[in-house]
Amino acid sequence: MLERTETTDTIKTDVVIIGAGPVGLFAVFELGLLDIRAHLIDILDKVGGQCAELYPEKPIYDIPGIPYITGIGLTDALMEQIKPFSPAFHLGEMVTMVEKIGDPLFRVRTDAGKTFECKTVVIAAGGGSFQPKRPPIAGIEPYEDKSVHYAVRKMDTFRDKRLLIVGGGDSALDWTLNLHPIARRLTLVHRRDEFRGAPDSVNKMRALVDAGSMDLKIGQVTELEGSDGQLTAATIKDKGGALSRVEVDAMLPFFGLTMKLGPVADWGVRLEDNLIPVDTEAFESNIPGLFAIGDINTYPGKLKLILSGFHEAALMSQKAHHYVYPDKRLVFQYTTSSTSLQKKLGVA
Amino acid sequence: MPKITFIEHDGTEHTVDAEIGSTVMETALRNDVNSIVAECGGSCTCATCLVHVDEKWSAVVGPPSEEEEEMLDSAFEVKPTSRLCCQIRVSEELDGLVVHTPAYQGR
Repeated sequence: MLERTETTDTIKTDVVIIGAGPVGLFAVFELGLLDIRAHLIDILDKVGGQCAELYPEKPIYDIPGIPYITGIGLTDALMEQIKPFSPAFHLGEMVTMVEKIGDPLFRVRTDAGKTFECKTVVIAAGGGSFQPKRPPIAGIEPYEDKSVHYAVRKMDTFRDKRLLIVGGGDSALDWTLNLHPIARRLTLVHRRDEFRGAPDSVNKMRALVDAGSMDLKIGQVTELEGSDGQLTAATIKDKGGALSRVEVDAMLPFFGLTMKLGPVADWGVRLEDNLIPVDTEAFESNIPGLFAIGDINTYPGKLKLILSGFHEAALMSQKAHHYVYPDKRLVFQYTTSSTSLQKKLGVA
Repeated sequence: MPKITFIEHDGTEHTVDAEIGSTVMETALRNDVNSIVAECGGSCTCATCLVHVDEKWSAVVGPPSEEEEEMLDSAFEVKPTSRLCCQIRVSEELDGLVVHTPAYQGR
């Protein structure tokens, strides 16, 4: 579980890459060959983006030269490939603001309180940010962030509270076990009496239920009660349709993640149907120095393929070089034959 | 070619041709059934292609696999006849299938 730390120092770097999916990772390689250093920020607590979150074990058949690889396999291979460039990762953080403060200079802020200053920004955010699914319970909105929470920022928020945790995966189980000791009473609700979380966590949870120190209810939450954003009770419907009511101070639903565009819409970058239009020479947005590569961009003929994102990363890097090293001439070289590139890769 | 009827939450009905061997999810996307999102593209990893199989068809379609049952944990308002339609493969015996789509797929 991530505990967030606040930092006040501004991190200065050549480029900030928003999104650590396959395309963001490969951009580190292409930029690295041109001596451009990168920091990557991703809302997930792991690298790999959709490859890691949606299909880690599923096969991908259309990576050039690799007949078959899984999402996690591709992620691992990319991490190995970019190792020589030692990129810095900021995981579990969402970029809240990108603003142009110079020519070329950008300021980037995250919801963990970090600030970056960089010459260029690369948005490689795929389908947007992975955000928690919100349950369709009527009237849930006023409680959100007050007494309905989709993540635990500070455990102490829940001390001595009556908690309702909803879900059957590792997040629901881990937080059940972590918060149980400090909660006044904890109820776990899941739609069936089987849990897909780690067996050890399931056993620990069941032991607590057997000992009478927490409650487990099988069903779905259908109604919330409270006022001014403060929950007081929730109604749970079991499989047979019978209703029961639990008095609670806070609810934590864990239904997995879904992709939402997120704050990109607030950065002044032009959007078309939630995608960033770019040119096909450098994959630059309407804001000079702000690039968009991978699934989040659009241009005539665009295909949302990982291989297209790789191509876009290579071309983007050439233009990024102009911003980072305006006085240096860029000489095109091959990794196969260039001693200078091989030195950067640590193989010459 | 088998026909499948999608009845959306607001009552909109789509009766469409379904290719044998494709999935019910792919059939929905090809025919602009907007309440099927299919964020993960059919990998059984996102639970945004939820349908409630019509009672009359539930036995023919059959129950979800263990993997799909686990993924249903990430869907909402799950019923005994609920399925993720990327996991339902179209066959001759599904000709006439009726599925109901939910108002909300989690996004």
